[in-house]
Amino acid sequence: MAEAHRSEWAFVLAATVRVTRDIDAAEECVQDAFARALTDWTRQGIPKKPGAWLTTVARRLAIDQQRRHATHARLVPLLVPEMESESEPRSGDEAADDRLRLIFTCCHPALDLESQIALTLRFVCGLTTPEVARAFLIKESAMAARLTRAKKKIAISRIPYHVPGAAELPDRIDAVLDVVHLVFTTGHTAPSGPRLVRDDLTSRALQLARMLRDLLPDEPGVAGLLALILLSDARRNARTSNDGSIVLLEDQDRTKWDHESIREGIELVHESLTHRPPTRFALMAAIAAVHAEAPSFSETDWGEIVSIYDLLVLTWPSPVVALNRAVAIGFARGPLAGLAALDELASDPFLAHYTYYESARADTLDRLGRRGEAVASYELALQLTDNEVERTFLQERLDAITSARLAQTSLDRRSVPSIPSRIVDTSNELHS
Amino acid sequence: MSEYLILIYQDENDPSWSDPSAGEQMMKDHMAFGEKHGASLRGGNALHHTNSATSLRHDKGGKVTVTDGAFAETKEALGGYYVIEAPDLDAALAIAKDVPAALGGVEVRPIMPT
Repeated sequence: MAEAHRSEWAFVLAATVRVTRDIDAAEECVQDAFARALTDWTRQGIPKKPGAWLTTVARRLAIDQQRRHATHARLVPLLVPEMESESEPRSGDEAADDRLRLIFTCCHPALDLESQIALTLRFVCGLTTPEVARAFLIKESAMAARLTRAKKKIAISRIPYHVPGAAELPDRIDAVLDVVHLVFTTGHTAPSGPRLVRDDLTSRALQLARMLRDLLPDEPGVAGLLALILLSDARRNARTSNDGSIVLLEDQDRTKWDHESIREGIELVHESLTHRPPTRFALMAAIAAVHAEAPSFSETDWGEIVSIYDLLVLTWPSPVVALNRAVAIGFARGPLAGLAALDELASDPFLAHYTYYESARADTLDRLGRRGEAVASYELALQLTDNEVERTFLQERLDAITSARLAQTSLDRRSVPSIPSRIVDTSNELHS
Repeated sequence: MSEYLILIYQDENDPSWSDPSAGEQMMKDHMAFGEKHGASLRGGNALHHTNSATSLRHDKGGKVTVTDGAFAETKEALGGYYVIEAPDLDAALAIAKDVPAALGGVEVRPIMPT
């Protein structure tokens, strides 16, 4: 029964929401169906298809409830034809459609982003409320309140349960992809907590991306996102050392990368890039693929990476993307070109307060042997962050330069700026 | 079906308000909106500038204070509204997207059924 709850709850809920058009009511019916299963299955044994059994019972309860409501409230008889038939079995297509409708509801742009993520984890992934609370690192009561508020907004403003029409579909798919991407990046470089990676979140994101791939097989953005997740997550085992500290891309043991995920990811990159113009996620995945295909850090095709960033800044003109592009230029064309590219971004108001920008500049200056300026830049970067991990990292860098200055060692130290970014609007694959 | 209020918020102090041709264009845009969505429209009006507004504030003791001006001073002020009927939020948003509001934007609120 616990197994059925874990694996079937979200599917049964999606099918039931189709009838109730209200998540609260559907949750109740699903709970009643599981309660009934508890007694029936003990008496008569577990049915051949537990999921189908539960879905049928939950939907029947929902239809009964609607009929009662219709009579009691004397609602327009119009409600009845709107109801789904009780006939079973339901086809796989219909079940897929139920899931898709629910995803679009949970990721509706009229809901705030945090609620979209919470609703998706709760009702699409089937996490319990305490599990969702843990994912956000907040109290269970606060998460319960957030979910209640979001469900209320859905009900009162009548956010519909449908797959959006062709005109809105591209925007709405983007909104869904953003949610899944955020779940992934939050897990990939956890903004807080003791560990760098939160496996629970990255695996949920992978599960969601795979589900979307099944439901929307022709969407290039979906293929791109799945590829990006596979390629980034493939590095998981190499990204931290035994004591949990960060291992830079430069220093990662590439034999520890998951080569099966890389193969699958690269295949999807090729597929997603056939679409013109390439989507944001397809381009980000293509950059990850270049790293994945490089036998070593020094053999990375930075020229290729820069040309993909050139396209990405057009598709997704975010300051962080522009910054990553400038860093890539520094590796492709040398630190002087890199510094020029960074200085072009100096007037960006976001980057002016972004630690990673200042530390990238510091690192480039260091590579140019301009150590005095590098020290000043690191000190500025230190002022811009309150994050302990970042501070420790920057202080170590600063100490290294100061001692190197004294020792007059080689100027040719190649390194990657490597601060775990708290900004999650794009991947910072250059440093992890 | 549900009713939604579409509140139009725009920058009242934009120089184009004193440009007669811009005003004419805005009229035309609202006419075009009305023609396109006439079947969903339940009402709507334009409001005078907030410098004509009077606010009444109730304090905890039950006293009412009358002051000059809008209730909340913001760059974009409420300048007009439509009441529409739509089957769901997506349909309401599709209509709201067509409301002329070049100098700001609109807010969509579900109206409580009576």
